[in-house]
Amino acid sequence: MGALFDMIFTTDFFYSILRVTTPILFASMGAVVANLSGTPNIALEGIMLIAAFVGMYVSYLSASAWVGLIAAVGAGMLAAGILAFFTLYYRTNVILGGIAINSLASGGTVFFLYLVAQDKGTSISLTSKVLPQINIPLIQDIPVLGKIISGHNLLTYLSVLSVFFVYYMIKRTPLGLRMRAVGEKQEAAESVGINVIKTKAMAVIISGALAGFGGAFMSMGYVSWFSRDMVSGRGWIAIAAEAMGRTTALGTAVTSLLFGTADAFANTVSVLGWPADLVTTIPYCATLIGLFIFSFREFKNVNNKKLAGFWLISETLPVIVYIAHKSSKISSYGN
Amino acid sequence: MSRERSFQILRTGVSMVIATLVAFAIILLVSETPMESIKTFIVGPFTSGRYLGNIVEVTIPLIFSGLAMAVLFQTSLFNLGAEGIFFLSGAVGSLIAIWAPLPAFIHPFAAIIVGAITGIAVMFIPGVLKAKFGASELVTSLMLNNILLGVGCYILNNVMRDANVSSLVSLKFAETALLSKLIPGTKVHTGLLIVIGAVVAVYIFLYKSKWGYELRMTGINIEFAKYSGINIVKVIILAHVIAGILAGTGGVVENLGMHKRFEWTALPGYGFDGAMIATLAGNNPIGVVGAALFVAYLRIGADLVNRFSDIPTEMISILQCVIILLISAERFLHKYKQKWVEKEAK
Amino acid sequence: MHNYILRMENITKIYNNGIVANKNVNFSLKEGEIHALVGENGAGKTTLMQILFGMEKPSSGQIFLNEKEIQLSTSKEAIRHGIGMVHQHFMLVESFTVAQNIILGMEPKLGLAINESQAAAYTKELGEKYNFEIDPNAVTGILPVGIKQKVEILKALARGAKILILDEPTAVLAPQETEQLFKELIHLKEQGHTIIFISHKIREVKRISDRVTVMRGGICEGTWETADKTEQEISRKIVGFELNTDLEKKETDLKEARIRVSHIDYHDKESVSILKNVSFSVHGGMILGVAGIQGNGQAELIELMTKGRKLQSGNIEINGRDIQKLSMKQLRDTGFGYIPEDRIRQGIAKDGTITENIISNEYNKKNFCGRGMLRRKKCNRFADEQIKSYEIKCSGKSHKTGMLSGGNMQKVVVARECNASPKVLIAEQPTRGVDLGAAHIIHKQLLKMRDEGCAILLVSADLNEIMKLSDAIIVIYEGEIVAYYPDISSVSEEQLGLYMLGIERHDDEMIKGVI
Repeated sequence: MGALFDMIFTTDFFYSILRVTTPILFASMGAVVANLSGTPNIALEGIMLIAAFVGMYVSYLSASAWVGLIAAVGAGMLAAGILAFFTLYYRTNVILGGIAINSLASGGTVFFLYLVAQDKGTSISLTSKVLPQINIPLIQDIPVLGKIISGHNLLTYLSVLSVFFVYYMIKRTPLGLRMRAVGEKQEAAESVGINVIKTKAMAVIISGALAGFGGAFMSMGYVSWFSRDMVSGRGWIAIAAEAMGRTTALGTAVTSLLFGTADAFANTVSVLGWPADLVTTIPYCATLIGLFIFSFREFKNVNNKKLAGFWLISETLPVIVYIAHKSSKISSYGN
Repeated sequence: MSRERSFQILRTGVSMVIATLVAFAIILLVSETPMESIKTFIVGPFTSGRYLGNIVEVTIPLIFSGLAMAVLFQTSLFNLGAEGIFFLSGAVGSLIAIWAPLPAFIHPFAAIIVGAITGIAVMFIPGVLKAKFGASELVTSLMLNNILLGVGCYILNNVMRDANVSSLVSLKFAETALLSKLIPGTKVHTGLLIVIGAVVAVYIFLYKSKWGYELRMTGINIEFAKYSGINIVKVIILAHVIAGILAGTGGVVENLGMHKRFEWTALPGYGFDGAMIATLAGNNPIGVVGAALFVAYLRIGADLVNRFSDIPTEMISILQCVIILLISAERFLHKYKQKWVEKEAK
Repeated sequence: MHNYILRMENITKIYNNGIVANKNVNFSLKEGEIHALVGENGAGKTTLMQILFGMEKPSSGQIFLNEKEIQLSTSKEAIRHGIGMVHQHFMLVESFTVAQNIILGMEPKLGLAINESQAAAYTKELGEKYNFEIDPNAVTGILPVGIKQKVEILKALARGAKILILDEPTAVLAPQETEQLFKELIHLKEQGHTIIFISHKIREVKRISDRVTVMRGGICEGTWETADKTEQEISRKIVGFELNTDLEKKETDLKEARIRVSHIDYHDKESVSILKNVSFSVHGGMILGVAGIQGNGQAELIELMTKGRKLQSGNIEINGRDIQKLSMKQLRDTGFGYIPEDRIRQGIAKDGTITENIISNEYNKKNFCGRGMLRRKKCNRFADEQIKSYEIKCSGKSHKTGMLSGGNMQKVVVARECNASPKVLIAEQPTRGVDLGAAHIIHKQLLKMRDEGCAILLVSADLNEIMKLSDAIIVIYEGEIVAYYPDISSVSEEQLGLYMLGIERHDDEMIKGVI
């Protein structure tokens, strides 16, 4: 137990939480936008995977991470566009459409991976590029917090910005108002001449762009290569996070952070020699338990305030314990 | 035949043709010898008894999966957990196959029953979560898939691994556990009889029994079912249980019929195939047989093409995507339907 | 030679499922008139106006605005041409403020964001211009129905509508509010607007319109000056023959109380009170009508009685059993039938056949089911019988129920519920959206059930229907029973209107009579 605590209550661990939450956060923001407009995007997992592959490959071709990033986001928007076309115009069932895109992504990326790298496992043979890490000048010198907040990949900071971007867009812009109208009562939007299909499609494509950023992070920020199925269910975790965050930008950001914590925990703990196979299931168990608690509380019709309190406690408690642990250590070493 | 039905069939046909054309396009772009490859893809599977047998062998697990998904889809449940259950039931059934000292006739059935029970137990989780608390069965089932993969791998690695073999496989199944071969010259096994029985059973259940009626009405309109006095909680759990039995049985049957050891190290992919098959079949159990045969045919074709010209078999996923998108698109060919309707009415 | 501001020529609309909603319809509109478009439910009036508002595309035909041909492929274009529509079922986003609903789609901007204060100011100005009193910052969802309608009308006027289409605007209003609406319409006419007024209430048509067009079965029967036609003549044009909708109500012996509702209090999630101390009982052999404007708690009351919501306080007994202790199935087994308000959402399974729909309350019983298997032949025979006796227009029992017309769908529901010979029947808006012929069949069936001793609770926004069928009436206003008439012959629609609007109220002694 001591070894576990020593690994958890370090700045490295909290740093890794932020790093690992990045793709989940991007995707969950995408889920918020899509769900709000009434077209849940079930293909986030597949879109992230496609974006990860395209980002890697184009950054290799162009020898530039930036071009790769643009391509990844573009690929995300294109894949989302296909989903939007079929579900909105051809009226394919939204969930089947998502299954189709996910299928395309998991098989298609391996297909093209083999074609370009002659390897069905990873793209290590290709010299794809990576996006830069940023050390923020003044902040990095702050004790403890500095090590947690500064030094992240560019995309991690962008993911936090995306939360504010989505929040602002939904609450304050005309497009956000129209998306809300279309999602809550489509006929109301139709009656004032709003093109419902176009608005929904825009929402889906924006969600695809956000997922594209998340996918780009996987292959050009987290690591510098693409491997098959590397998204490993983060798209689905993002969807669960959005459900638990009640389709709001801020609530979903909190739940995404929670799942990122579970993911970071699993990574850290695997070094301790716990059975690898079981450790990998930790983030998914966390999601499952989280969904259970959420649905159970919805079912019992719990007051909103209680739910907010629950999240608040679960986030601050680790910090409090950490500080207590650290201060007890300091006093015990007489330092 | 009603106009709706004939249009559904037309859409299915056109979709399959388009999917085939997409396959051609891929082969053309990638292969050094496109014409050869296309011929192999289309005709290859029919050129020998062994290949035809392959089609049937691959069809068997696909039917199990397709049936499971058809039952779930008929209830408007989008649970994709069949994937993980195939895997875990296969692993758990393998434990029985390796160690349980049972006579030849009973041994495989014991393993199958254990696999089915595993399926039921696992499906209970998303089933109850959805029925009682309304939790998304899509997300819970997908999380479970990853969890079951981990658990199954753990069992493989730590409980039944054959240390004498370098690759990651289990100990050998007992001879008494294997399903016997049916058709000489092929690997088609008695699992075929089991799956045909399953098809008949599911058909009778869905369309002739009152529980099937409850299930289908719940799938069409859950509010309507509720007000008619149907017990929704029971229906949702029942649908999950049946799907669990089918997927669990499928996992064990596939292992004991086609393998001598448990060799899966990743999710075998039957779950998502099942979703596509059920969609192709309009969620009808009899249709599932035809759809599974078609998908198996595509797989064998892709396999052959891969052997002779280096095109990855993952090309199938691209076709899968096209098929699902087109077939379930209600407005596909809508303009033609509209014109036909207007002409008729005039 | 008058100026036709609008002409619709040879409009035909055939829907994707084969239904011919409009056939070669010619419709003309003079500038500055109030033009009534009448016909029974399903006659094609709403479809014609949906085409005019760009929400549907005609299969063939042309539209001329000021003698210039125009294409109306989206409602955006209709709005651009100065055509506005106020729908029967409001198209407002409940969670938005009034201002947000009004500026939706034409939002005033401040940089990238919406200029909220400008939106509020604009809304207030608009309200004052047309003499509608509205608060721009009120949340639309909690507004009363009359105010919501004003917001809908303002929405259309804000977008510059010169031609205003109103679809059944009085369906949700009390008699007094209808008067107010008419005053507003005349005011708008004086300001130069042209109004199309869809209705199936002939009396109102005679009162307010200049000209009237009658539609029947998708065809335009003709257009006349309203003053030139009597109510009977218009009625005959609407139905096509002399429809005798007289119903014979026999004297019955009242049986024991089968529905007992006591002291129901109910509030919603935000602790707003929806029902206050509601108590009444219904005896076998009588029809108790519940009158009231939509949104005063009737829907929630029925949901509580049909286990759609959980009781918070009070008691409901049906057929002598406390419904809280029963599952839906057990409740039905005591002899309970329910004709829901929303037949598409709760009454039928769209993709199911007529047979599958018509056995849904009895499929479990020995008649239709044996040893777990459904008795196909018996189910089919039953379906055939009901199709014949209710004159359900369909291509057979395998017809998908969702493809039937509103009236025929409702017949399936009524056939199913009544055939089980329930001892208690709750009928919620049983003939809404249903053509006159079907409505008559349904009314006859309800009276038959009453004569045979069934206890019927009838909730309807159609005062006419309530007066025709009920033995006794209660009026609900803001979740409370404010009036009780044990004998409907002593009351008029106007009087009921006063109670529906909360202007008057019976004292508690009189109301106790209904318990």
